[in-house]
Amino acid sequence: MTGPPEALKDGDSGGQGVAPASTLPPVPLQLRDVRYAYAGSKGWALNGVSLELAAGRVLGVVGPNEAGKSTLCLVAAGLAPAAIGGRLEGLVTLGGRHTSSAAPHELAQRAGLLLQNPVTQLSATSPTVYEEVAFGPRNLGLAVGEVATRVEDTLAALRIEALAPRDPMHLSGGQAQLVALASVIALRPPVLILDEPTGQLDPAGTRLVGMALAGLAGATGTAILVVEHKTWLLGDLADEIALMSGGRIVFRGPTAAMLDDERLADLGVEPPPVVRLRRLLVERGLALEPSLFAGEGSS
Amino acid sequence: MSMLAVVLAIALAAGLGRSLTPYVLATLPIVVSILLVNTFFYPGATDVIVALGPLTATWTGLAQALQATLRVEAFALSVALLGLTTSTDDLLDDLEHRGVGRRAVFVIGSAIRTIPRMAERAGEIVDAQRARGLDTEGSVWRRVRGVVPLAGPLILSALSEVEERTMALEARAFSAPGRRTTLRPLTDRPWERMLRWALVVAAVALLSLSVAGRFPLP
Repeated sequence: MTGPPEALKDGDSGGQGVAPASTLPPVPLQLRDVRYAYAGSKGWALNGVSLELAAGRVLGVVGPNEAGKSTLCLVAAGLAPAAIGGRLEGLVTLGGRHTSSAAPHELAQRAGLLLQNPVTQLSATSPTVYEEVAFGPRNLGLAVGEVATRVEDTLAALRIEALAPRDPMHLSGGQAQLVALASVIALRPPVLILDEPTGQLDPAGTRLVGMALAGLAGATGTAILVVEHKTWLLGDLADEIALMSGGRIVFRGPTAAMLDDERLADLGVEPPPVVRLRRLLVERGLALEPSLFAGEGSS
Repeated sequence: MSMLAVVLAIALAAGLGRSLTPYVLATLPIVVSILLVNTFFYPGATDVIVALGPLTATWTGLAQALQATLRVEAFALSVALLGLTTSTDDLLDDLEHRGVGRRAVFVIGSAIRTIPRMAERAGEIVDAQRARGLDTEGSVWRRVRGVVPLAGPLILSALSEVEERTMALEARAFSAPGRRTTLRPLTDRPWERMLRWALVVAAVALLSLSVAGRFPLP
């Protein structure tokens, strides 16, 4: 966890934000004791989630189905309950601003959200991928030159320049996922919330997205919350990992330690191949020197 | 009739005469029904052409039917001509550039682009249903029965996409205030502006003359 607890108390009393009145910048993303229930549902989909995400940090979220991972994304981005209704308790802030008091377009500039299904992420009105990626920046009324710069930079970062003239509704699943991700990144939000951004990508595409996101966090200080089943990707990308189950974060810690934690498998999360290999070797009495695995990430 | 003549003249000048054929064919069912109903059942008409048992065709009914047919064709072919000569993307861009609200432009664009998408999805669902043994070919009754398992998934999947797409649009600042950036403003030549104004003036003049009883519109 990052960010001084004292700062939270100070900022909280300020009404709109949670940042202290000092020179400390506001925490990009903060949830405190958050509970959320979907409209028409009696049970809590999120039940007491607290987390903070500092600038430039990447938090991986893993967990079994129905753990509340996608709900966490919607709540963190401020779209639940604003866009889909439901009941929210607790505190959610983006850049020090309560999501409950911000308009959707303001939230869009504070947090970019990528949902699981790439097809529904696309506007379905843009004739080309270029214009699809430009959709968000155009909504903000940015100058044409700025829109072009953002689109071209984003397409280059994800190495999809060749898709620029293509019809976004006639792409493969993996291509559509990259375009949807590019569309979110082009808004250049300080927080990125990604719900399985590589679900339809092959290993090469997954690595590419991982590198692009790591570069984004390192170069621009973007805080990234990424829900991902591919734990090997998180091994290379995330600074920390949170394990969710039953609408709660049950464990959270540094990536290497979390991916090596046996509780992961107990809750239905498959450890990365390198961890499984090491365990298998140990079981067979072929324990290797730990340094052999060092520096290989977790892939 | 004059409207239809204008549409056909423009289509021929643009080399789109043949392209209008499918649109004419598409209007055939409604045209046939107009001709039959008016010709045989026009109320109060007594100038009989021919009597076929209990049915009587009349000259008055036939005249009304032809007039209604011309109106339908003029309307349908005007829309077809717009579609054939105007790029949807250019139209939407220009509407936005001229200050039409982004929501209105989105609704128009979405409606236009949704049609082929729905057709594609219907094809995918039919293929999936066939793979599971549903017989959708053969007699008319079999085809009708095949529509039922198609309609459910098609409508439900479209509805389920709406909520997610709404969220995705909000997450991309769709509701931001102010005017959207126009990426490619279209050139608007002086003679095009003059022609548009001339058409507006002509429409107003026609309506005024019609209201004054000088030029009764059909």
